Amino acid sequence: MSTIEHTADHDHHDHKPTGITRWLFTTNHKDIGTMYLIFSLLMFFVGGGMAMVIRMELFQPGLQIVDPAFFNQMTTMHGLIMVFGAVMPGMVGFANWMIPMMIGAPDMALPRMNNWSFWLLPAAFTIMILTPFMDGGGPAFGWTFYAPLSTTYAPPSTDFFIFAVHIMGMSSIMGAINVIVTIMNMRAPGMTYMKMPLFVWTWFITAFLLIAVMPVLASVVTMMLTDRNFGTSFFDAAGGGDPVMFQHIFWFFGHPEVYIMILPSFGLASAIIPTFARKKLFGYSSMVYATGSIAGLSFIVWAHHMFTTGMPLAAELFFMYATMLIAVPTGVKVFNWVATMWQGSMTFETPMLFAIAFVILFTIGGLSGVMMAIAPLDTQYHDTYFIVAHFHYVLFPGAIFGGFAGAYYWLPKWTGHMYSEGLGKAHFWTSMIFVNMTFFPMHFSGLAGMPRRIPDYSQQFADFNMWSSIGAFGLGLSQLIFVWMLIKTARGGEKAPAKPWDGAEGLEWTLPSPAPYHSFSTPPKID
Amino acid sequence: MKIKIAFNMILIWGLMGMAIGKKIKLTLVTLLASLMSQAALADIQYNLTKGVTETSQEVYDLHMIVTWVCVVIGVVVFGIMFLSMFLHSKSRNPVPAKFSHSTLMEIIWTTIPFVILISLAVPATKTLISIEDNSKSDIDILITGYQWKWEYKYLEEDISFFSNLSTPSEQINGEAPKGEHYLLEVDKPLVIPVGKKIRFLVTSKDVIHSWFVPAFSVKQDGVPGFINEAWTRVDKPGIYRGQCTELCGKDHGFMPVVVEVKSAEDYASWIAEQKVLQEQAKIAAAAASATSWSREDLMAKGEEIYNAKCAACHGVDGKGAGPFPALDGSKIANGPADPHINVVVNGSSNNMMPAWKGQLTDAEIAAVITFERNAWSNKAGDLVQPAQVASTAKQ
Repeated sequence: MSTIEHTADHDHHDHKPTGITRWLFTTNHKDIGTMYLIFSLLMFFVGGGMAMVIRMELFQPGLQIVDPAFFNQMTTMHGLIMVFGAVMPGMVGFANWMIPMMIGAPDMALPRMNNWSFWLLPAAFTIMILTPFMDGGGPAFGWTFYAPLSTTYAPPSTDFFIFAVHIMGMSSIMGAINVIVTIMNMRAPGMTYMKMPLFVWTWFITAFLLIAVMPVLASVVTMMLTDRNFGTSFFDAAGGGDPVMFQHIFWFFGHPEVYIMILPSFGLASAIIPTFARKKLFGYSSMVYATGSIAGLSFIVWAHHMFTTGMPLAAELFFMYATMLIAVPTGVKVFNWVATMWQGSMTFETPMLFAIAFVILFTIGGLSGVMMAIAPLDTQYHDTYFIVAHFHYVLFPGAIFGGFAGAYYWLPKWTGHMYSEGLGKAHFWTSMIFVNMTFFPMHFSGLAGMPRRIPDYSQQFADFNMWSSIGAFGLGLSQLIFVWMLIKTARGGEKAPAKPWDGAEGLEWTLPSPAPYHSFSTPPKID
Repeated sequence: MKIKIAFNMILIWGLMGMAIGKKIKLTLVTLLASLMSQAALADIQYNLTKGVTETSQEVYDLHMIVTWVCVVIGVVVFGIMFLSMFLHSKSRNPVPAKFSHSTLMEIIWTTIPFVILISLAVPATKTLISIEDNSKSDIDILITGYQWKWEYKYLEEDISFFSNLSTPSEQINGEAPKGEHYLLEVDKPLVIPVGKKIRFLVTSKDVIHSWFVPAFSVKQDGVPGFINEAWTRVDKPGIYRGQCTELCGKDHGFMPVVVEVKSAEDYASWIAEQKVLQEQAKIAAAAASATSWSREDLMAKGEEIYNAKCAACHGVDGKGAGPFPALDGSKIANGPADPHINVVVNGSSNNMMPAWKGQLTDAEIAAVITFERNAWSNKAGDLVQPAQVASTAKQ
């Protein structure tokens, strides 16, 4: 961020290089956080461009724009890039910027590893994005890459995809270790665990989830690699393996992964709603316990993604009950946010608008999640557009709206300038309208029986798909407002005070805006 | 208004599509024209089907209960939020309250969801147990998924056949108006009798597929090397349509499921008819395999079979696509005939290429191989006769 300037008292021990080397060799949590956020935004547009191709093809029945093989590459790459390239690095960006400032630490605990874990990502995604240009095309088996479509029947570029997943997994694990070590060791004196801001708590729990499941992802792609190249048969029945075992291992990673994406956004909402309600977060300790229970439960629900694979009745019952149970701690969180708003003194600046929309639309996604938890119903919903509607509701207006809320909330702190409230509101309202226009009709086409991941559909689904497509184009264009707002705010604008939000609490607001390159060299005292 | 927005969007994103798209055949004008004709299609389904089985009815009822529970929860929670946003804005409520916890409230809103969930779990468990009861079936049918078609085998009757998409490619590519059952029609549907418990044994020959008929509330994955069970008992004769619901490669969107449910008498006569037809086909195949065919006949027959069975992967022009190799100019199609026959008859070692033995007759395999060796730029020049195929198949 070019606008970050040194404050006088820190100047003498600031050896910041200039130009490209500043970014290549930086060990500063703020620089690395900025790079993560910019990388995430870039990937958001790459993945979003692919979504536009998908929605163009689905605009009406028939094959018009792309052939089915390329369509499958688009759905696959869209999912992989959004999950691993946009949402996860975006949240790591927030963690890098904010966790040290929120706990009163001068930097992350392991700054060199921090640099390394960021710079692995561009390498991984360069490989990933090059796969569609390789002989035989890119991965075309969905972001869940079920065997044997991803092993025996996959294009040669799949080995590059596996390599890319390994690299980004390393990056995530290192990022998570850094978060845990920082939080455990570098809190300011007096900041006990139960005094940490909730964003720090949600990231602390997310980091443990990452450490637990990224190695599982790495192992499943390694098994794919040996099945493909070294004659093993983990997922090949002809050699004594089992294709369904792939799904068990994948979803043992995949379900906690869902919470890895959403928990930091829970933390963001828990920071923003109290600020603009000018009232303390309701039920702080139950928020912490609810987050912990969600994370714990996420390890014992994976097979609810697999109700149609022919599991025994007892397993189906267990996974149905365990999944339904997640609704309880999730409900606690939603009710606590509502109780925080209740009898507050609310104003509706852009961060608050995004945070409220996050709570409402995430809850819609959560409720359709309860519907799908019920195994006999999931027989009908599974792999239809109902599922597509569900997970987009928890991911776009869920995780990503949470990210937008956080970005508007802390932009004054990051850049030293107030963003344009007009642009922010324009971004919010267009996103809000178009996100619902895109994803709500998918509930209906899904219930009517439209399978997901198809490039063409029968005519009964035509109207819903046209609405979704128009919504998607609008949603894609709306995000350009965000970029425009970001560039404008980074380059100048009204000077932001140290604490631009009168209801805000927390150590980050005790620092001047923009935050100095090195902050909290002497730890603050918490009483 | 709807059309105007659509028009603008198409214009903007269409430019982007030009860069990425591989075959834009439609002009903007025909695109809009077909758009308007679709708007005329009435009778839009937007909810789960009630279906035609006891199970699907139970599932539908449960779905409606759960949906309404969710709607009520949503209305209450969002209602309170909106009320709060209205009442507790800074202008109406300048001084915020001070409370930040209430043990009683937290116990209440942990307990209520718990009770609701238990009340949903009870009927869900009951329905699930009945869905999983695959015992005491009257008829057993083995369903095998292939890239990209279904094979149905009546285990008690020794009848089996393939079921392929029958929508012509002109309709898919926008060169002909789309029919009523666009993408949901097959050349030969599965036929079952009304009122009987049918057990489906679902498996796959290549990747994972999923056999889905919404009206029966049956969705079962076909996993290669494993056999899954599902069952149905249909109350009403008719034709029911569904699709493959597990991504299975390029033509995943083009392998529909069609089931025709007949009365007991019609079913019995259908079975008898199938047995006669299969017997006749066997005799005809034996006769065809015993003769020596002319070049013209082999090429004509071969092209027909190639387009029906091979073009989906290897392309009508023989150029291949993605992981599927080109045949035009390939070593196998231009080398000696025996390896070529072997790969078509027995499939490839990695299973990418299916074994066509049993799916096609010797005469058909001979014709398609002859075609492949002499079509496009391939100039092997030789003819492959059914007898040569038969001897390879025996090895």
